[in-house]
Amino acid sequence: MLKHLMAAALAVLPGWAMADPVPSDWTAVLDEARGQTVYWNAWGGSSTTNDFIAWVGRRVAEDHGVTLEHVKLSNTADAVARVLAEKQAGQDSGGAIDLIWINGPNFAAMKDAGLLFGPFAEQLPNWALVDVAGKPVQADFTVPTDGMESPWATAQVVFMYDTADMEPLADMDALLAWARANPGRFTYPQPPDFLGTTFLKQALYGVLDDPSVLLAPVDAADYDAVTAPLWAFLDALTPNLWRQGKAYPQTGPRQIQLLADDEVSLAISFSPGEASTAIANGQLPDTVRTFVPDGGTIGNASFVAIPYNASAKAGAMVVANFLMSAEAQARALDPAYLGYGTVLDVAALPGDQRALFDGIDLGVATLSPDDLGPALPEPHPSWMTRIEADWIDRYGVAD
Amino acid sequence: MSLRAVPILTLVLLLGPVLAGLAGTLAPAFGILPVIGRVEPGLDAFASLFGWPGLPAAMRLSLVAGLGSAVLSLGIVTLLVACWSGTPSFAAFRRLLSPLLSVPHAAAAFGLAFLIAPSGLIVRALSPWATGWTQPPDLLIVQDGAGLSLMAGLVVKEVPFLLLMTLAALGQADATRAEAVARSLGHDRPAAWLKAVFPRVYTQIRLPVLVVLAFSMTVVDVALILGPNTPPTLAVQIVRWMNDPDLAMRLQGAAAATLQLVLVIGALGLWWLGERVVARLGRAWVWSALRGAGGRATGAVALVLAGLTAAAVLAGLGVLAVWSVAGFWRFPELWPDAITLRNWMRHWPGVADALGDTVAIACVATAIALALAIGCLEAEHRHGLRMRARGHWLLYLPLLAPQVAFLPGVQTWMLILGVKGGVGAVVAVHVLFVFPYVFLSLGDPFRAWDSRQATVAQSLGAGPGRVLWTVRLPMLLAPVLTAAAVGLAVSVGQYLPTLLIGGGRVQTVTTEAVALASGGDRRAIGVWALVQTGLALLPFALAIGLPRLAWRNRKGMQHG
Repeated sequence: MLKHLMAAALAVLPGWAMADPVPSDWTAVLDEARGQTVYWNAWGGSSTTNDFIAWVGRRVAEDHGVTLEHVKLSNTADAVARVLAEKQAGQDSGGAIDLIWINGPNFAAMKDAGLLFGPFAEQLPNWALVDVAGKPVQADFTVPTDGMESPWATAQVVFMYDTADMEPLADMDALLAWARANPGRFTYPQPPDFLGTTFLKQALYGVLDDPSVLLAPVDAADYDAVTAPLWAFLDALTPNLWRQGKAYPQTGPRQIQLLADDEVSLAISFSPGEASTAIANGQLPDTVRTFVPDGGTIGNASFVAIPYNASAKAGAMVVANFLMSAEAQARALDPAYLGYGTVLDVAALPGDQRALFDGIDLGVATLSPDDLGPALPEPHPSWMTRIEADWIDRYGVAD
Repeated sequence: MSLRAVPILTLVLLLGPVLAGLAGTLAPAFGILPVIGRVEPGLDAFASLFGWPGLPAAMRLSLVAGLGSAVLSLGIVTLLVACWSGTPSFAAFRRLLSPLLSVPHAAAAFGLAFLIAPSGLIVRALSPWATGWTQPPDLLIVQDGAGLSLMAGLVVKEVPFLLLMTLAALGQADATRAEAVARSLGHDRPAAWLKAVFPRVYTQIRLPVLVVLAFSMTVVDVALILGPNTPPTLAVQIVRWMNDPDLAMRLQGAAAATLQLVLVIGALGLWWLGERVVARLGRAWVWSALRGAGGRATGAVALVLAGLTAAAVLAGLGVLAVWSVAGFWRFPELWPDAITLRNWMRHWPGVADALGDTVAIACVATAIALALAIGCLEAEHRHGLRMRARGHWLLYLPLLAPQVAFLPGVQTWMLILGVKGGVGAVVAVHVLFVFPYVFLSLGDPFRAWDSRQATVAQSLGAGPGRVLWTVRLPMLLAPVLTAAAVGLAVSVGQYLPTLLIGGGRVQTVTTEAVALASGGDRRAIGVWALVQTGLALLPFALAIGLPRLAWRNRKGMQHG
């Protein structure tokens, strides 16, 4: 009876009734989450990802009574815009978005503008399984995550190539030489598409003698001098690109379609398992394989974050925690489902959980962890912003 | 509620959100966006907009695509009707109208892209035996810098729309007799139609033509698929800036949206000037003794062009159907390696989820729009509340103003007023876009209805209500159903309004399809495009079939 009275009293006191769940009190979070509906705003352009998210929904419904709705975005910034509009209108609770698949500049923008709930990530029970030392899970494009987003997948740049047309390339010089000999057979998604920008950053790593300047904000370096070799490289490359650089694919998947149509022989990917998954789905010819250039490739992590005004914060945390479970991570790693890298320290897992990872066939076109080589850190976001803007001025408005 | 209040209510319902939305866009364009701490008015956003090197090309593309598509579509439709109406070829076209209209713009664009691309079906059909190509040639066809493929993608969809509007107008333009008189004066068929019928038809289809112009200038999805990207059209660039993670870019996006609005107004002005010039030349031609030569060649060109637009849409849809069941499909194969139902099985649960909401929203929004439109028109008829030309323009503001310019503003206001984004809100915003189309399709036939019928009915003792329900609406069954079908198709096709106002929580077939299309998975696009087309096709089929069934024994009702 007293409990009910308390609940009624709390309900009429908005400040109390709206009190946020405390992530460290996990039992209370689970209680509150039961029966909640979590609207997860995530890019919906990939059928495999959509299927994986649907599976996550079935699992959290079974285990925790949480209903997961995947809001399929064509651009993550739509979700950022939504939260911004809600804040603009003073809707500080009961927001439309409970969870966002996010990283990089979108995260930096939301964190800066105070649009996120947290910190919560490092209090989630499954955080204990995460490979904090070995995986880029505490810094997102060098911006500290501070527990405001929780990791669920890792990614690393690889190049997909058609073995019917070419051999792996050792570095950016080799890529340029090959493009000159085979004009029109390579392109990259048009910046500011994140994958296209990633190619620019990868190229920048490839042409710099000392890439360490990239980890500090761009203001700390002589921008023009640092990027001069990149522009020289691109000036030489562009006339040899697909359509002489007069048109670009707009997204990664559209670039993959070009590879499937035999319009290009080489394409960049941010997922080591993507080629294997695409081959299994009949989206790429089985002659496609992957390689990484010498010196390593850029790696990062994908995260989920909770808006400051989310309606179902407890449910969102339950989903975020489930995403870091061995079960979800093993499924995501399997190219038959998703082919994303894990954020967990698999070797340190308890035996039964580790066994989930043992049987996974990484697929014909996936490099082993040894062959994949070292993951280079993402440059500070300010580099990306400057380079993107310059690229657009130089190549994005050419007539 | 008094019938007199309906036109005012409608205007408030339509204009309120648009004007509020535009205010919500103009404020940031002039530097005011409190949520990121910008409260000082200024012109910085315009300064950085004019500093963008792609601006001249983006503006030129927007103008060329808009004017080009409108001129081409109107020209093809006019010549087709002038030279071929009443012939078997024309009858064949009429039968194709519903399927052509029901193919969503984005699906038609994808289909066209896969037909004409260097790795597309046409090249595949000729390779390698005729072309010698074992790999696709590196040719810039899709997304060309001049915007030709973009224009083609727009024309193939606007020709059926304008043809539908023309056919609806023809029934009320007394075309047969006017043409007969002109021919008795010795003009050949096309000249007779152009001189005697076209002026009457054009006054009735003028607003649809202007809508085509404004739509073609501001379309986003088709421009993303077929338009160039270095730089893109202004509308696409606005969406990019509005979506930039750097929130300050919204100021520049808002400034560009303002510029887009000015550009649309400028293009409408240009069109108005063009009308004056054509009218003057036309009048001289009508009175001249010239009895038209070369009509046959013009007719052949019109038929070929119109045939190509229809073939492109239908073949494109066919190709998407094949993609929806395709296994791996390598160049230059004309047929996939394997046929599989896997894509359908994979996407069907999602389709089924989205179907219910899509249909419910479309039906409710269309019903509301139809009720408002009939209310407005009947008020005009009974009380002489005829809107002046200016009032008319206001009604079409939601179609003439770029969606991306005012929707974010609408969203902000809804939130300020505490209106939850949900199915109800989405229905309300759909009415905004559905109503003008419904009013557009219904208005002219409704007004052109011979009011002597009403006089006769009233002299027999029927009140105005009875005249409306038992004489006017039954006689206008075909235009009413056509208007409803257009309304349903428009509602089904809405992307930005559904996404922004529904807060992403209302998932329709179109929001799902566009999200998948952003990924470019042709198999998924094939499945969703077929579902979308089917949803829009059914009402069109009913709109054409029902009146025929109802009026099968009324020869005078089988016009147009």
